[in-house]
Amino acid sequence: MIEVEKVHFIYPNGIEALNGVSLTIRDGDFVAIMGQNGAGKTTLIKHFNGLLKPTKGVVRVNGVETTKTSVAALARNVGFVFQNPDHQLFSETVEEEIAFALKNFGFDTEVIEKRISWALNLLGLEQYRKTSPFLLSGGERKRVALASVLAWDPQTLVLDEPTIGQDYQQKEKLRQFIVQMQAQGKTVVIVTHDVEFVAECNPRVVLMKDGKIVADGEGRAILTDPEVLAQSSVVLPQITQVFMRLTPLGLPRNVLDVYEAKEILLKHWRRSERK
Amino acid sequence: MSVFDGLKFRKVSSPIHNLDPRIKFIYVCAVFVAAILFGEILPLAALFLMQIPFVLIADVPKEWLHSLRGAAFLATFIFLINIATSFFTSNYVLTTAAVENAAALTLRFIVLVEAFSVFFLTTSPDHLGLALEESRVPYEFAFAFTTAVRFVPVLAEEAHTIMDAQKARGLELEKGSFMKRIRNYIPILIPLIVSAIRRSLELAEAMESRAWGATKKRTNLYSLNLHKGDFILLAITVTVLAVAIYVRLYVPMPTLTQLIRM
Repeated sequence: MIEVEKVHFIYPNGIEALNGVSLTIRDGDFVAIMGQNGAGKTTLIKHFNGLLKPTKGVVRVNGVETTKTSVAALARNVGFVFQNPDHQLFSETVEEEIAFALKNFGFDTEVIEKRISWALNLLGLEQYRKTSPFLLSGGERKRVALASVLAWDPQTLVLDEPTIGQDYQQKEKLRQFIVQMQAQGKTVVIVTHDVEFVAECNPRVVLMKDGKIVADGEGRAILTDPEVLAQSSVVLPQITQVFMRLTPLGLPRNVLDVYEAKEILLKHWRRSERK
Repeated sequence: MSVFDGLKFRKVSSPIHNLDPRIKFIYVCAVFVAAILFGEILPLAALFLMQIPFVLIADVPKEWLHSLRGAAFLATFIFLINIATSFFTSNYVLTTAAVENAAALTLRFIVLVEAFSVFFLTTSPDHLGLALEESRVPYEFAFAFTTAVRFVPVLAEEAHTIMDAQKARGLELEKGSFMKRIRNYIPILIPLIVSAIRRSLELAEAMESRAWGATKKRTNLYSLNLHKGDFILLAITVTVLAVAIYVRLYVPMPTLTQLIRM
């Protein structure tokens, strides 16, 4: 459980990135943090594992204040995958890359072996086990970075822009993977601009603007509310835009994904055929 | 990274910022030569104080103090080494003259740092490149130089992100024996170098696709012209150098200890 209480954060250069943010993320939650560039999303999630400490206010992870412990200790529970995989890959092989964090946390050799195989398998990277991470494509490097964090099986997974550079198929795999994590009771927090991806996942959505949270709630309610979205310059999902224009036909406005849309449209057509 | 903050250019406008970088560089060199000419504390103190008006006119006192603070560690080191060598080479006695000499050499170092700091704080990398180009340095070299200068803050920021990324994977930089601590930096350095190389390759491709080197003779959007202020600075430079050489040759310079005894 992550509790953020009235947090302010000012960078050394004087920029106030967080301006009184309060947020509670319970175990098992799936939260998407959205908002414009510079809204404070990345600054906020960097508080979750203590990389940044609040200038004012309190952040607690499982009841422990982040100012009173180390990043390494917090990282054991909060896995954080950075936006750019090139900021963390350094090993000669993918296998060693994944082992790095496990060694840092002091896992036994056999456990490390098992965890590596498990993580590689989970992300479809088995064939690259002995390959240098630098020889992989951008999307693959991103998955190696994800695997290297998943390997220690943290309770909370924080993903910064996970869909960038991934093709649609990989995005779909990522979505299924998050669903799987959810089923295991894990907490997942993603920061993203990809409104279509969020619409398909339908998580809890936290909208930010200028270092403040402007909306926090069920994805369906927020992502289909044009006024709320406009505040933080997020565009409605395409399928929602279509349904907004179809309201004269008596169709609902709060439609988020394609499968749901299909059902509604089928029902509508059948009804009009009967007439 | 605080040491570099004292050298980082920030875009502001002041009479000093608008000076021609070539003249400014000649001035810095003159101060450099003058500082090397003297080993006594009085003329070095004068050189030190001479820079302060520039700092105030340029309105960069905070950044300037930053660079001095950055130099403080090395300055202390120079002072201690000088004291120690004179202590061990003169049969384990420490004279006031030796202390004064050590202080003078430290002050010389600070004057040098100060002068270069003012130069880099008030000269944009673009101006610097232009100055190099107009001094007939081949454009390739001028470009490489300005690019290197401009990428320092970018790399510093990147190093910071990489440290965060590795800390998030349980790396503890300050933990372990001395050798272990050095090894702790491998996960920081490799991504930093790899991404710098990657970035430079991308930059090269981007430049080539924008017709880098298509013509022998490039034209420039801006050109450097000398104004009134530049001539004033040039006059100051010549005066500083002339006075310094004259004093060095014909005026016996008392040390502080001698002055006090008089």
